[in-house]
Amino acid sequence: MASLKELSAIPEVLAPGHRLCAGCGAPIVVRQITRAAKGPLVVTNATGCLEVSTTVYPYTSWNTPWIHTAFENAAATASGVEAAYQSLKRQGKVDKEVKFVVFGGDGGTYDIGFQSLSGAMERNHNLVYVCYDNGAYMNTGIQRSSATPKGADTTTSPVGKLSYGKRENRKDLTQIMAAHNIPYAAQVSPAHWNDLYQKAEKAFAANGAAFINALAPCPRGWRHDSKDTIEICRLAVDTCFWPLYEVVEGKTRVTYKPREKKPVTEFLKAQGRFRHLFQPGNEGVLEEIQKEVDRRWEELLALEEISNR
Amino acid sequence: MALETKQVAMTGNEAVANAIKQINPDVIAAYPITPQTDIVQFYSTFVANGLVDTQMVTVESEHSAMSATIGASAAGARAMTATSSQGLALMHELLHIASGFRLPIAMPVVNRAVSAPINIHCDHSDTMAALTTGWIQIYGENAQEAYDNMIQAVKIAEDPRVKLPVMVCYDGFITSHAVENLVLVPDEKVKEFVGEYKPQHRLFDFDNPITFGPLVLPDYFSEIKAQEAEGMLAAREVILEVAKEYEKISGRKYGWFEGYKLDDAERVIVVLSSAAGTAKVVVDELRAQGEKVGLLKPRVLRPFPAEELVKALSGAKVVAVMDRAETFSTQGGQIFTELRAAFYEAPKKPLMRNYIFGLGGRDTTTAHIRTVFEQLKQDQERGSVDRKVTHLDVRV
Repeated sequence: MASLKELSAIPEVLAPGHRLCAGCGAPIVVRQITRAAKGPLVVTNATGCLEVSTTVYPYTSWNTPWIHTAFENAAATASGVEAAYQSLKRQGKVDKEVKFVVFGGDGGTYDIGFQSLSGAMERNHNLVYVCYDNGAYMNTGIQRSSATPKGADTTTSPVGKLSYGKRENRKDLTQIMAAHNIPYAAQVSPAHWNDLYQKAEKAFAANGAAFINALAPCPRGWRHDSKDTIEICRLAVDTCFWPLYEVVEGKTRVTYKPREKKPVTEFLKAQGRFRHLFQPGNEGVLEEIQKEVDRRWEELLALEEISNR
Repeated sequence: MALETKQVAMTGNEAVANAIKQINPDVIAAYPITPQTDIVQFYSTFVANGLVDTQMVTVESEHSAMSATIGASAAGARAMTATSSQGLALMHELLHIASGFRLPIAMPVVNRAVSAPINIHCDHSDTMAALTTGWIQIYGENAQEAYDNMIQAVKIAEDPRVKLPVMVCYDGFITSHAVENLVLVPDEKVKEFVGEYKPQHRLFDFDNPITFGPLVLPDYFSEIKAQEAEGMLAAREVILEVAKEYEKISGRKYGWFEGYKLDDAERVIVVLSSAAGTAKVVVDELRAQGEKVGLLKPRVLRPFPAEELVKALSGAKVVAVMDRAETFSTQGGQIFTELRAAFYEAPKKPLMRNYIFGLGGRDTTTAHIRTVFEQLKQDQERGSVDRKVTHLDVRV
């Protein structure tokens, strides 16, 4: 276990001066994850906030080889980069030990990039795919995605006379990735930095494909104060809305169990996108959300028990 | 050293797969689609038997095939893929990205009709829809030309003056699946001809980390696109230089087009790829009867050799351009409209008519070609064309 002081001494690949918003979860996730690579690292980025805000030509914030081609194909692009490495290394044309990481938002990962991600995971390329999940298409202006929580007010699931926001529950992508039976899959939160760093180390050390789903609040889309990003991440974990766990060779391990599970409303009420749920008439929706969080948490605990039997 | 003359019997796809084996790329990422499929199958067998250094990525779609090929090429590898029809259409957005990144990817495209209706047979609607993607396009008539173009494509693409991807196009089934005699260039000579790929910029340069694919706003975007157009212009020189060099190791000549009995021809058919072979038979028959007919088979459509085509057709009285794809412009096929535009400033213009033919693999026989030449004769006698665009051999 590294101390914060040790971690802060590791050279960074993402330079300051990028144009992401204050309080954005994405660069925090990127800086925490890339520290664990410990050596030459190639970054592939899907189209999204992270890509557009860090590479406004002729400037770049990336102090490491970086590639972006399109929106839905970051995993496929990285597959080609990694294949080139395998080939050139075998032929003696590259001698370094290189790590590969991919960053995509939930749009580029859960939705439009889902197929290429599934393909890359099944082919077991030696790379780490990291989803910075801010729960909507933030780059195009806060449209709902399949990662958007039920009840959230977005520009394509707006609250109105006939609408309480998004009607559907979130897709559980971490479980879907674990179901690919890849060497490593995990869910992380920037508030639990040590848990995150250890998981990133394991992901980079895995001999094959690894997937990390990282919660990444968006102050614009979630409508919270920039200073509260980390606090909201902590609430997401303490309410079991965003459990911290990993799946290694089929074994599920919940890496943090809150001593006292807080009601999900603690997480919801900290964000403007759920404000309408606390108006009279929406009590039922809050109940449904709590029920779904409970169900998934119980299921995860059961999975942990069964898989470690 | 004497040139290779020993003939081998291969399908077009087998010949192209063998060309790729001789090129021995670092990475191939591909997805099967009829009629391209057996290129991927042949190549998988080469990999499985250790005959090549290639890392094969069996991706889950053509979109990912082109994405992975771009990733590998940007990393600094010689990377390839191959496709047809819907596969090329699915790749479409990445075609622009490959050329915009100036990546020298050489890709066989086995021409096949694009849905709907779904059809697995030959026409050129797939590659015609990709003419504006910044790729060089080279077409071949038969297995020999497909093989020869494949090897030349690598050298054209990788030339530092060009740095643009190349499509090597040939006809689905007619060329891809028919067994023909051809002559291969010996392995060592191909290896020497294509040389080692030395990219100017690559991801795997950790001392000079590069950002590939940044966001470029209006302040620089136009300059980058203008440079890309310059690369296409430079390809005009390079395509001919590479052809000359290739002639030295193969004995076979290539240029912008093939003229067949064209010099004194009054009535000329312009047609791409395999249909040109059928047209040659008819030209021979009619020439034997004293008819002044000829054929022009374009080889390169991007860059479009406008001046050269105009010059080659300036002696003709009447020209039939045969396009194997609809454009739905109602003004004729792609080659027809571009060729007519090329003649805009020419002092002498032949009469010109257009045939849309052979869609979805409809067989084009010598009888059809004879009808076209008969029509041209009537046009010549009348001194005008009665109908600009005709769908050949279509029931009404």
